Amino acid sequence: MSPDSSSPDRLLTVDRLVKRFGGFRALDGVSFALGAGEVLGLVGPNGSGKTTCINTISGLYPPDGGAVRFAGQTLGGLASHRRARLGINRTFQSPRPFASLTVRQNVALAAAYGRRHGAGTGGADSAALLAELELDHLAGRRAEDLNSAQQKQLDLARALATAPRLLLVDELAAGLNPAELGRMAERLAALARGGMALLVVEHLLSFLDRLTDRVIVMNAGREIFEGTLAEATRDREVVRVFLGGDHAG
Amino acid sequence: MPRVLRDFLSVGLPVVAIFALLPLVYANQLLLFNFVLFLILAQGLNAIYGFTGYLPFGYVGFFGAGAYGFALAVMHLAAPPALALLLAGLAAVLLGMILTPLLRLSGAYFAIANLAAAQAVYQVIANPALQDITKGPYGVSLASVFAPKASYGAALLILAGVLALVAWLRHGRFGLALQAGRDDPVSAAMAGIPVVSARIIAWLISALIAGLAGGVFAWHISVFYPETAFDLSTSIFAIVFTLFGGAATLSGPIAGVILLYGLYNVIGISVPQYFQLIYGALIVGLVLFLPRGLASLLQRRGIDVP
Ligand SMILES: Nc1ncnc2c1ncn2[C@@H]1O[C@H](COP(=O)(O)OP(=O)(O)OP(=O)(O)O)[C@@H](O)[C@H]1O
Ligand SMILES: [Mg+2]
Repeated sequence: MSPDSSSPDRLLTVDRLVKRFGGFRALDGVSFALGAGEVLGLVGPNGSGKTTCINTISGLYPPDGGAVRFAGQTLGGLASHRRARLGINRTFQSPRPFASLTVRQNVALAAAYGRRHGAGTGGADSAALLAELELDHLAGRRAEDLNSAQQKQLDLARALATAPRLLLVDELAAGLNPAELGRMAERLAALARGGMALLVVEHLLSFLDRLTDRVIVMNAGREIFEGTLAEATRDREVVRVFLGGDHAG
Repeated sequence: MPRVLRDFLSVGLPVVAIFALLPLVYANQLLLFNFVLFLILAQGLNAIYGFTGYLPFGYVGFFGAGAYGFALAVMHLAAPPALALLLAGLAAVLLGMILTPLLRLSGAYFAIANLAAAQAVYQVIANPALQDITKGPYGVSLASVFAPKASYGAALLILAGVLALVAWLRHGRFGLALQAGRDDPVSAAMAGIPVVSARIIAWLISALIAGLAGGVFAWHISVFYPETAFDLSTSIFAIVFTLFGGAATLSGPIAGVILLYGLYNVIGISVPQYFQLIYGALIVGLVLFLPRGLASLLQRRGIDVP
């Protein structure tokens, strides 16, 4: 773990986080920290707890142990809609659009209800956001009519409409074609350059490689490695975990 | 023109106007009143089911609370009908508040618990021990305020208000937030929508509508019994009409009432037992095969149904 990971000026501090499902510990004492403008990759085999980590930070369930601190505040059991207004937002591994509403309504609702306190209205232009995410030609369509890649873009558009300071991204790259992948990586990198903190869960390491150097590797609810992606691929424990799992390399 | 206004003017207002004019050419005012009553109730059910996905089988509980709220206000407070109507709505909203914990249940559990709650209210009101207050099982008579023309007019006003409200729910920010929470409560919360409190507001709106319907029913009918006010078929009818036409639209529940209640009056009265059977089968069939009702047949073809 890097020495400054618990320093108080980091935007997000996850401290020995525990989440149980029945007797099973999906998160078993995970700690890391993330500052504004930083991108942290989170990798690990299937079922290692990556999504659970995002779910707990975003308030889907309260932690069973440890703490999540955001901008100097311990979040405890704070509801998701309040976290959104504090500036935490996310995408979902399988996209979760408001299926019966139009693309435009999906984004407009997030801008109206979830806009971060103090974010002002600058950049709150839903139309510009839709254009940026290549959804403008679909604005009037019901979200259920979109394909899965488009629904992922919509997830991201909705999250960005709230002007988050911390964005949690869960396997956004899956299902995108190479050209889309390149644009998506550049988009996320631009968000970080603009000061947003990003936690990026990703199986596609080449995608992650374009975004950040710093990764955490999880296995069975625990963090087994923190460092650069290049080091991770040479780490014996990491290699063992991945070769044992479904995602070699 | 804003879509709320457009939908109200193109769908809501014509319906109210037609039912305002029909008594001039059609003599069976009680039947017309029942149509208006079901138009109100179907939209009230739409407000909760269509916009949140909660299907309240005990919806008649709010209707009964409204009917008795009206009756008690007239009998014990000598309230004029307009005030008694307000109190009818208030009685239903209070019942709704007491029942908000039910919203923590999902699916069938909610439906069953709500049904049980309506039965419990019925049992309290019909209890002979409360005869001095509610007249117990012997029913109430409100001859002193009987005024069929005025009560029919009041029902039309309530209908107009309810249609405007549902048009607003369809297009206004709050109603869209409800629909988002219905489609996906997790991502709706992440979009900053307070899903639970929005749902509670929809629940109370829905209760208010049924309470007003119950109140105006009590006024119009003037003599009734607990089993009429808490008749389970009221719930069933409102549900079937709404599902059949298409929940979460303005025109769907209207079409459901006109078609199915019309059909009921043409053939159902003579063979009511078959009709109950048909309606039961219809609920099952609709939920399984056409969950979004007639409206969805058009929506599938890309037609925007108001
Ligand atoms: N709501 C839940 N109830 C019960 N068990 C759960 C729940 N959510 C996750 N789990 C379990 O917790 C473990 C971690 O799941 P999680 O979804 O966090 O893994 P992941 O690292 O995101 O995997 P993947 O790469 O497949 O997305 C898994 O064993 C999973 O079955
Ligand atoms: Mg996952």
